[in-house]
Amino acid sequence: MSASVLYDHPGPRARLRNRVLSVVFAVLLLAGLYGIYRAFDGTEQWTWQKWEPFFGTVIAQNGQPVNFWTDYALPGLLATVEAAALAMLFALAFGLVFSAARLSDHRWVRVPAGVVVEFFRAVPVLLMIFFLSYGGFWVFGTFVEPFWSVVIGLTFYNGSVLAEAFRAGILAVPKGQSEAAYSLGLVKSQVMRMILVPQAARSMLPVIVSQLVVVLKDTALGYIVAYPELMLEGSKSYAVFGNVVPTFFVLALIYIVINATLTLIAHLLKRRADRRGVTNPGTRAAAANTAAAGLGDGGGVAA
Amino acid sequence: MDVFSDPANLQLYIDSFLMILKLTGASSLLALVLGLLLAACRVSPVPVLRAVGAGWVHLFRNTPLTLIILFCFFGLYSAVGVEFSDDIHVNNYWLAVTGLSAYTAAFVCEAIRSGINTVPLGQAEAARALGLTFAQNLRLIILPQAMRSVVAPLGSIVIALTKNATIAGVIGVAEASNAMKTLIEARGDQTIAIFAVFALTFVALLVPVGYGFSALANRLAVRR
Repeated sequence: MSASVLYDHPGPRARLRNRVLSVVFAVLLLAGLYGIYRAFDGTEQWTWQKWEPFFGTVIAQNGQPVNFWTDYALPGLLATVEAAALAMLFALAFGLVFSAARLSDHRWVRVPAGVVVEFFRAVPVLLMIFFLSYGGFWVFGTFVEPFWSVVIGLTFYNGSVLAEAFRAGILAVPKGQSEAAYSLGLVKSQVMRMILVPQAARSMLPVIVSQLVVVLKDTALGYIVAYPELMLEGSKSYAVFGNVVPTFFVLALIYIVINATLTLIAHLLKRRADRRGVTNPGTRAAAANTAAAGLGDGGGVAA
Repeated sequence: MDVFSDPANLQLYIDSFLMILKLTGASSLLALVLGLLLAACRVSPVPVLRAVGAGWVHLFRNTPLTLIILFCFFGLYSAVGVEFSDDIHVNNYWLAVTGLSAYTAAFVCEAIRSGINTVPLGQAEAARALGLTFAQNLRLIILPQAMRSVVAPLGSIVIALTKNATIAGVIGVAEASNAMKTLIEARGDQTIAIFAVFALTFVALLVPVGYGFSALANRLAVRR
């Protein structure tokens, strides 16, 4: 390990101690993993019969050939990506409009925009989705399809989070930038468009990609309102094959691979932005703050 | 608004939010303990422990909470037979708490780890130069500074956890989103009033918590 705030560079004795501890904890870890293995083994979760559906086409109980990947996972993944992409697009638009509104010079624009953003950040996405799915008929006179309740629910929540992130990014651009622009005779909309937004946008790119992870995970809420995304489609596998535990492991793995890739991209973008010096200290701090908040939200609400 | 003048409906609403608070309370406590342990692993000098911490964080942070909570029910309970209580409601509550805590602990761990990383290296070097032992260094120099910068992210995590508690409804825990659904199905003509009451209750619960945590974080912030 390189320089750590906690430890000095290890000397011979510390290195020996760390090696001994490594062995001890490795043994404990293996014992723990073996315990988990046995717990699942006791209920026959590792039998080939339960894992076979993930390695090719299998004849189901009703005599139909079923392929987990082409019948369930890929259509589900497509629906997940579709909902996530559309929600992200709308959320970006929402975030842009509301961050601009919150930075407005007019009180009657700024205050309502702030209320809207605070409201949607505090309401769980699932509550929004239920409101649209079950109450949509009464409010709009027509049933809201599961796809749209997921997309709209995700848009309002993530749009509000992005609005705050964009606002923080713009506020963090050094004051001299806008002062210089005004003194050159630019008007407010020009200062925003030509000076502040371009500088804030670059440091906001990693934040946007991180938020995409939140959106992608939250599409799994579609399961609850019967939107056929990855979670719901995947669950058909254990309805057919009775392999609950293996199915959950495979589904989790799919989500983890996608989200870890997105997180890696966000990380690389951030490093590139830092290296190029496109971020000044202020925007960097703002991006770090919003990223931390985004982390917490990773749950994002949901999930 | 007369949907809430029916005592049964009012009780459903109150109970559902008490359930949200119970889920949040138990899960935040467990997540804090587990997150602290994981953070200790992630910053330890032992590679195996660092791998355990990192593995947990990457596993749980990248998985949808819906999947985790469904797994607690269909996987841990139905398939493997993990059971907390004979009472199905109590059992579902603890299964949901298990999922929420395991998920949230990953975020707590990262918050604490990044808090430790905000302490400048010079602080620890100066402490060691003064002859402080590892335990003294941790107790007197690093943790007091790290804990201050962890307050704000922990606040965001508690807020997210409270909202995430609604997902426990997916395994039948009688929390707010399920109660709202029940009321809308019974009294669709008052959908907007019902949604407004539930949504504004969350706003009333969480906006003060958010402001409280950021005020506290500002007060405690280390000026550098």
